[in-house]
Amino acid sequence: MAAPRALQQCRAFARRPYGSAASPDPPKGGILQYLCNRFYDIEYLVGWSATLRYRNLRRKNAYCGYIKDNYGDNAAAAYFVLSHRGRVRFQGQETWYCVDRRGNFSYDFIELQGVPVVDIDLAGSVLNYNGLDNLVKLTALKSLDLSRCPNVDDWTLSRLQVFKDSLEELSLAGCPQVTERGLACLHLLEHLRRLDLSHLPSVSTPGLIRILVEEMLPRCEVVGLAPAAGAQTRRDGREEPAVPSGDRRAGEIPA
Amino acid sequence: EPGPRVSHDLTTGLMDNRGGKCVLSLDLEKEVVKFRKKLKDSLPGSDWNPFGTTKGLPPERADVVIVGGGVMGWSVAYWLKALEPQRDALRVVVIEKDPTYSQASTVLSAGGIRQQFSLPENIQMSLYSAFFLRTINEHLGVVNEPPIDIQFNHSGYLFLALEDRAAELEENVRIQRTEGAEVSLLSPAQLKKKYPWINTDGVAVASYGLENEGWFDPWSLLNAFRRKAMSMGVCQCFGEVVSFTISSREIMTPEGELTFSRINYVRVQMPNSVEYQPVECSLVVNAAGPWSQKLAEMAGIGIGPPNTQEGIKLPVEPRKRYIFVWHCPDGPGLDCPMLVDTTGAYFRREGVGGNYLGSLSPAEEEEPDIQDLEVDHNFFQEKIWPYLAHRVPVFESLKVKSAWAGYYDYNTFDQNAVLGPHPLVENMLFITGFSGHGLQQSPAAGKVLAELILNGKFSTTHMEKFSFNRFVSGEQVLERNIV
Repeated sequence: MAAPRALQQCRAFARRPYGSAASPDPPKGGILQYLCNRFYDIEYLVGWSATLRYRNLRRKNAYCGYIKDNYGDNAAAAYFVLSHRGRVRFQGQETWYCVDRRGNFSYDFIELQGVPVVDIDLAGSVLNYNGLDNLVKLTALKSLDLSRCPNVDDWTLSRLQVFKDSLEELSLAGCPQVTERGLACLHLLEHLRRLDLSHLPSVSTPGLIRILVEEMLPRCEVVGLAPAAGAQTRRDGREEPAVPSGDRRAGEIPA
Repeated sequence: EPGPRVSHDLTTGLMDNRGGKCVLSLDLEKEVVKFRKKLKDSLPGSDWNPFGTTKGLPPERADVVIVGGGVMGWSVAYWLKALEPQRDALRVVVIEKDPTYSQASTVLSAGGIRQQFSLPENIQMSLYSAFFLRTINEHLGVVNEPPIDIQFNHSGYLFLALEDRAAELEENVRIQRTEGAEVSLLSPAQLKKKYPWINTDGVAVASYGLENEGWFDPWSLLNAFRRKAMSMGVCQCFGEVVSFTISSREIMTPEGELTFSRINYVRVQMPNSVEYQPVECSLVVNAAGPWSQKLAEMAGIGIGPPNTQEGIKLPVEPRKRYIFVWHCPDGPGLDCPMLVDTTGAYFRREGVGGNYLGSLSPAEEEEPDIQDLEVDHNFFQEKIWPYLAHRVPVFESLKVKSAWAGYYDYNTFDQNAVLGPHPLVENMLFITGFSGHGLQQSPAAGKVLAELILNGKFSTTHMEKFSFNRFVSGEQVLERNIV
């Protein structure tokens, strides 16, 4: 009876305490206690998982250099859009190229070399700033749908300035990372005729921002960003008359 | 059974074997572990002190001591930790004089970032910094902390030029485009069409930055750097560096006999106390901003006969610059860029409530007194408002809401950064003298200096241009586009 105890103590003293583990094996309290003792290692692993997530996102948004070198910018853009389960339409064509239910698409668009892409629908995709590398060379893009893209942020919007000569329709509905600071850089899109800004949770004071965006882009129709409850009510309960947005100016309080 | 069990253990040699008496085995284990730890701690090279330590003192020994806790100092600290060859390879200490940051240039700055410089190295540093700010969460994200939001406004810088400086502006834009910055040139007609509120009187050409330009919140960036660096093990100390302990020797060189010296100890005095701690270090980074010259003089730089190499001071001086915030109800809207007028006056939109902030760098002869940070409101009335009202007629009716002043760490030699070691004081490195464009170059400059410290040489070429040696040889590295 004395010998096994002595052996256990020998093992305990011979092992030097490394890392954050203070208690000897076997772990008392089970797996949770074991993990708690290794707090800094777990923290490091969690940090690594964040890094891997960013890397994964960058890989998904990688530049399709091969297609671009062999078939041109428009084909590369179409390939990128289709591989992200989006839809693309070329100039002069009525039908959209899209993916089927299983995510497969045909490479027919390769035959349309030289025909510019005019409409892109990337709703709900993982597009981010790096992914725009594939789209910036398009010269005749008329409509871009980026609704519900979780990684489209203000930097991505600032890069859309390359489409200032052609873009007429832009949809940013439901993008959680777009703020009013990114909307400010849309003033470069002179040909914009329709801008969809519904359900932007990161834009504070949506009513004011809508007015400012309408002023910034006079020829553009802005959809969305309406204040939450219809007409404003004053403290004494009377409803304020709705002033048409053209007559209101920034900073002025309606009479 | 009690008793003889103890004598069989390995610890017999370490413990008093008071024959027969024994400690319960559990306590014994704990005691031994504690004893081993204390033994290891008391060996030389550790921080253990039998008399206990006062709170807030820096460690007695450090590898790199960074003097100055502004955005430059913390940027160097972060990059040293990010690029070090293995974890905890370097012990880095950042020493900051003022815990409230009341006079720090970083937090009092307007926070703009632009690529519209005339020197390719400046453009490259700004481009890298823009990339860094875009991917700030990947670089400075800490586990379990909320994502960093530096509130970047992407509105760009708009520079206006008169007829006589139009060629210079176009040349600058050409250099910027070669380096990869997205800048466009505008004629007065295009300018009027895009920004109808500008009075294009006298403007010959304008340049507008399309991407990666704008302004952001410097305090968020500073805190992001600080939090990440501290999570990686950088030690923060609040105290003032009062002197250095230097050892020097005379060496005969082709230029004559020169005194080469080395800083051995940095004496750090605690705030509101006479207590001090000499920190033994191998490198000192001078990131003290406007007070860099004073710190350099403590190391003997600039103290010497005037026409010798020892007598060359670090030409960085504090210069006071004001910023005024005003409200104008009918002013430029959401698309208002940071507009820099032909006269040097600049302004930008602040928020969405019709507030703007701006200023003007005074001429050399009219430099305000640097004793304190009091604001001279007459300066706005007489110097800035006329120019603003001329350029933007709506600003004829405005109301000044607030103002503050801050220091530029102004390089009187050529208004560009000083990066790198001193030729005579071997272990002092400078990262100062940015003359108003420090914040926007801080991520890049910190990385350059960290690479110099870790690798022994500049990894990015052409940064040798910014070394201290140019003050010795007299070659100016001039930046034409200073705001």
